[in-house]
Amino acid sequence: MRPLIEVRGLRFRYEDGTAALNGVDFRLEPGETVALLGANGSGKTTFVHHLNGLLTGQGSVEICGLPVEKKHLPAIRRKVGLVFQDSDSQLFMPTVLEDVAFGLLNLGMERPTATARAQAALETVGMAAASARAPYHLSAGEKKRVAIAGILAMEPEILVLDEPTTFLDPPGQRSLAELLIHLPQAKILVTHNIPFALTLCNRAVFFAAGQVAAEGSVEEIVARFEWDFALERSKSRL
Amino acid sequence: MHIPDGFLSTPVWATLDAAAAPAVAYIARRAQRGFEEATVPLLGVLGAFVFAAQMINFPVGPGTTGHLVGGALLAVTLGPAAAGVVMTAILAIQALVFQDGGILALGANAINMAVLGVLAGYLPFRLWGGTGWRKFSIFAGGALSVVVSAVLALSELMLSGVRIPGSLLGVSLALFVVSAILEGAITLAVVEALERIQPKAVRQALPSRSPVLAVVSLAAVLLASVGFLFASAAPDGIQKLGQQSGISSQIRTLIHTPLAEYQAAFLQWGMLGKPAAALAGVALIYGACLLLGRAAARKRSI
Amino acid sequence: MHHVVVDQWSRGSSPVHRTDARAKLVALLVFLIALATAARALPLFAGALFLMLVAGLAWARIPVAGALARAALVLPFTAVFAVICWLAGDPARGVSLVLKSYLSALAVLLVVSTTPLPALLRGFGMTGVPRFLLEVGQFLYRYLFVISEEAQHMTKAAAARGASVRQWIGQGQRFRAAAGALAVLFARSYTRAEDVHQAMLARGFDGHIPMLAVSRFRGSDAVFAIAASLAPLALRLAAERLMP
Repeated sequence: MRPLIEVRGLRFRYEDGTAALNGVDFRLEPGETVALLGANGSGKTTFVHHLNGLLTGQGSVEICGLPVEKKHLPAIRRKVGLVFQDSDSQLFMPTVLEDVAFGLLNLGMERPTATARAQAALETVGMAAASARAPYHLSAGEKKRVAIAGILAMEPEILVLDEPTTFLDPPGQRSLAELLIHLPQAKILVTHNIPFALTLCNRAVFFAAGQVAAEGSVEEIVARFEWDFALERSKSRL
Repeated sequence: MHIPDGFLSTPVWATLDAAAAPAVAYIARRAQRGFEEATVPLLGVLGAFVFAAQMINFPVGPGTTGHLVGGALLAVTLGPAAAGVVMTAILAIQALVFQDGGILALGANAINMAVLGVLAGYLPFRLWGGTGWRKFSIFAGGALSVVVSAVLALSELMLSGVRIPGSLLGVSLALFVVSAILEGAITLAVVEALERIQPKAVRQALPSRSPVLAVVSLAAVLLASVGFLFASAAPDGIQKLGQQSGISSQIRTLIHTPLAEYQAAFLQWGMLGKPAAALAGVALIYGACLLLGRAAARKRSI
Repeated sequence: MHHVVVDQWSRGSSPVHRTDARAKLVALLVFLIALATAARALPLFAGALFLMLVAGLAWARIPVAGALARAALVLPFTAVFAVICWLAGDPARGVSLVLKSYLSALAVLLVVSTTPLPALLRGFGMTGVPRFLLEVGQFLYRYLFVISEEAQHMTKAAAARGASVRQWIGQGQRFRAAAGALAVLFARSYTRAEDVHQAMLARGFDGHIPMLAVSRFRGSDAVFAIAASLAPLALRLAAERLMP
């Protein structure tokens, strides 16, 4: 089976010269949920922005066999649904329904069909009642769901969520986890939230200094890099 | 200063609405060409920024604070066309949602603040931004944007018949000067702070292609505002003229007929011929300079 | 924040809310022009218009007292000029300023509190306002609350660190601090705008913002537009006839 995502030797430098990615290899198989862990600035977000062509670097990035090039971008942006960390930057239309329908209208869909699909996506995330509301009236959890609906409406094969639990309280995190578990797409979760990663992810990739430092199960990575908040462990080293 | 509805006389607000429409359409087209597709979210969000910025207080003296107006800051970071569009959007939202400024008066407010005010805020930077006078040019832009907007607004009010006694006029102008200095200082301080954290946000001052055009534009804008002010202060003199020639007694009889309104307005419009002609003259000069400057620039690039 | 109240009102439901934005705009413009050009029998005409607007507010189920208070925000500015006119020996003009500016603000408020702003902006499109400008307005309104909240956080944080404008000492430093805060807010807004653009691109944005809502102008909207436009004109003729 062909991997959904295949990245080989990805390198990327910012305009001011700082190296953000120093040769990243990555694969995503169908049905997987992968956690991207690592320190702030280690390149996780920069990496995921290469998956839908928002950034382009050197090396090869293939989504469902399509290389990430200008001519394939419309198709790739359908296949890879990116949910940004700050929902306010993602919900930019005046009402919820218009926002969810945005991607569909851009694909050239007719208005009635787009409206129906958007409504269906909102039902999937449990926000059907909010379709006429303005985004800034919603709570953080509701905004996150609407953002996901906007992505789901485009029927992607891969969901990428960048630090999805950042503004969510524990009940909100629980609802989000329940929602994600029931979605069939392969997923990449950039996260610092270890319990969340443990619940959802069957694999973890650890980023450091723009490279993949290690791969394994979430427990293995957490143990190896002491990547959780456990006072006992650090106390024992004092 | 946002002029509410009910302050301006019909010839004034109608003329300014008619003048604002093509002006705003023009700067909207210019702004669209400038930035590619990122423009709409950028201009919208920065418009929201200006709104929010007005909540941040700057100490002016004991117990008093002032705040940024924003026209010059936008001009220096986005260029005059985009800045004009943002200011127009801000004026519209202020009028609609906050009832700050009238709807019929939108044309006047747009000309004062979004078109001429922004232009006055940009031109010094355009002229001297690339020289050793850069800081001063940014300060001057901030100050001039406020002065021009305020003077134009005041002139429009006086032209509409709001008689402001000389002493009060002096006080208002003094207040304008204080606000102008404050705006200049805030604009400069913010631009300098901005350059430290996000240098690419501030425009690189272009090498002066045709300084003649910019200088003449600046002069024309200043002339327009000052000239307008003097012309509108003249209605007192024009009214005296009306009395002497017996027109005003004729008006009194006209008032009793149903159509008097419209005839009186027309006559008032006729009496405004002098300042209107002055304004038209300045506009013509400005337009001519624009065309000449463009022709000159084209010749130079060949 | 002030605009949140009007926003809430605009999402109510009433016959006025359901009327097409364009019909309301037509009526508003006729109202404003009729008022702006009025010179005779002004107090009587103004009184009639006031009653008309109050009736409109009630019909739209907008809290009347709240709306009257909001429209009064225009009064401090107007009062200054009214006093100036009175001192200059033209009290009639002072009264005219107060009446006209207040009623105009109230009329605008009635329309804005019964029409969600995005729909209102779309309605303005019919008057030939450049679509680009309307889209900028739409985004501005969308992010108004978000950026204002960020600014509020910054001022609170500054206050928590003892920034007070009442003190003499350190004015220059406070000035620079405020400028620094503004610069940070600008930079964050700029970055947010880039993020928004990225989010738009990620969902296939090609430069044209698509429109989902298609508003149909129905017969009832035409009736509203005509009736609501004729009302102020009729009131004016009546007032001028009664008080020549």
